[in-house]
Amino acid sequence: MSTTVILFSILAIAAIATGVSVIINKNPVASAMSLILHFFALAGLYLTLNAQFLAAIQILVYAGAIMVLVVFVVMLLNLGKESALTERFNPRTGIAVSMGVLLIAQLAIAFFGQPTGYNQLSDKAALNGTAESIGTVLFTEYLFPFEAISLLLLVAIVGSILLAKKQQKESV
Amino acid sequence: MEQWLVQSLVLGLKMFLIVNGLLIAAAYLVYFERKISAWIQNRIGPNRVGPLGLFQSFADVFKLYLKEDIIPTLANKGFHAIAPVISIGIAIAVYAVIPFGEYFYLGGEKVYLSIAPHINVGLLFILGMSSVGVYGLTLAGWSSNNKYSLLGGLRSSAQMISYELSMGLSLIGVLMISGSLDLMQIVQSQTGGQWNIFFQPLGFIIFLVSAFAETNRTPFDLPEAEPELVGGYHTEYSGMKFGLFFLAEYVNMVTACAMMVLLFFGGWDVPFLYETLGLEQGSVLRALVQFGVVVGKMIPFLFLFIQTRWSLPRFRYDQLMSLGWKVMLPLALANIAVTGIIMMIFQ
Repeated sequence: MSTTVILFSILAIAAIATGVSVIINKNPVASAMSLILHFFALAGLYLTLNAQFLAAIQILVYAGAIMVLVVFVVMLLNLGKESALTERFNPRTGIAVSMGVLLIAQLAIAFFGQPTGYNQLSDKAALNGTAESIGTVLFTEYLFPFEAISLLLLVAIVGSILLAKKQQKESV
Repeated sequence: MEQWLVQSLVLGLKMFLIVNGLLIAAAYLVYFERKISAWIQNRIGPNRVGPLGLFQSFADVFKLYLKEDIIPTLANKGFHAIAPVISIGIAIAVYAVIPFGEYFYLGGEKVYLSIAPHINVGLLFILGMSSVGVYGLTLAGWSSNNKYSLLGGLRSSAQMISYELSMGLSLIGVLMISGSLDLMQIVQSQTGGQWNIFFQPLGFIIFLVSAFAETNRTPFDLPEAEPELVGGYHTEYSGMKFGLFFLAEYVNMVTACAMMVLLFFGGWDVPFLYETLGLEQGSVLRALVQFGVVVGKMIPFLFLFIQTRWSLPRFRYDQLMSLGWKVMLPLALANIAVTGIIMMIFQ
C-alpha cells in the first residue's frame, strides 16, 4: 500500500466518523465541533489529491469563518433543552432518506463502473491544485460564471443589509 | 533508508527547537511586559526572583503548575478541558510554515530554517489556522457555563470574524507584488531593500491593527475585558489551563510580529549585510545571521505590542465593530484597487 492510500483511508474514516457524529450528537455545540473536524478531514483529502489551494480555502472559509458564525448563533440561542431538538417523523425525513439512498446508488454505480477505484494522478493534474492554476482558469475560461457569482453574492449582501435595516426601524 | 532517518531526525530537532523556543520567548515576553508596564506606571516591577527578576516567569509557571485546577460543577467538562489545548495547539501549528531564514548545508544535507519550506499555500495556511484558533476562546467561554465567560467567547468570535477579513485583504497587495503565497518567495521578492512596507504602507497599517485585534491585545482585548467581564472567556480557568491561554496569547503575538517582518519588512534581508560580512549562500553562519536578523526585526514590533497595551484604553464594543467594518474593510479594498491600478500603469 502506498502512503497516499494509507492517508486516504485514515482521512476517509475520520471524515465519515465525524460526519456521523454531527448527526447523532444531541448537543448542538458538539455537533458543530464535529462538523469542523469533518472539514479538516476533507481538507486533508484535498491535500492527498494535490489540491492545496482548495484545502487551505476549505479551512479558511468553512472551518474558520462560516462555522464560527454557526457556533456563534448556536451559543447565542443556547439550545440547552435536548427535547427541543427531537423531531417526530415528517414527510421531509422520508424525502431525505430516499434522496440519500439515491445518492448511495449513484456513488455505487460510479465506483463499480470504473475498472479501478483509485487512479494515480498524472503530472499535469498534480499542478491543477495550485493557486496559480486555479486563478488562471478562473479569470480566463470561467470569467463569466465567476463575475455572475460575484454579482449574486453582492445582491445577497445588499439584501441582508436591507432586511436588517427594516427590522431596526419597526422596533423603534 | 539512512537519508530518511536523517531527515526525520532533523525535522524532530527543528520542532523541538521551535516549540521550546516559543515557550521561552513567551516566558520572557511576560517578564518584559511586566517590566515595561512597571516603567510606564513609574513602578519597579518584578525584581526578586533571580538577577533583575529574570527568573520571575519560571516562578510564575511553577506556581501555575502547583495551583489547584478548578472545574465548575456545571461546566461541560470535555470542552472545558480541550479549549486551552486548541488555543495553544493551533497557535504553535502556524510555525510549521514560518521560515526564520533560508537554508544551510550540514554534511551535504540541505537544512531549511523552517519545518515545511516552500509550501505554495503557506500564507493561506497561517490565515486559516489563526482564524480556527478562535474556537479555543469560544469553547472556553461556552463550556464554563458562566455568563461572563459566554459573553467573552461570543465577543471573541464576532471580533475575529470582523478583523480576519481586513487582515486577509490587507495582504492581497503584498501577494500582488510578490506573486506568490509561499512565504520564502515573498521574502526573496523583497531582496535588496525592496521591502513591501515602502509599496504597501496602508496595507501594513491595516494588517497591524487587525493583528492587534486577532491577538486580543489592548485596545482590542474585549474578550477578556476585566472591568466588565471579570476575566472574560478564562474566568473559570485556573492553574496551568489558564496558563495555556496566557501562553497562546503571547505565541500569537510572536506570530503576528513574525508575519509583519516576513511580509512587510523583508524578512532576513538587510541590504549589503551578507556581502559585507562575506557570508556565502548555504553556510551555517549565514543561516544564523539570517535568524538573528529576523528575530532582531521582530523585537521593535513586540515592544510596540506591549507598549500599546499600557498606553491605550480599550475600545467600546460598537467602536470596535464600526472600525472593523466601516474603516478597515473599505480601506483594505481601496488598497487592493490602487495597488492594481499602479501595477497596471508601471508594467
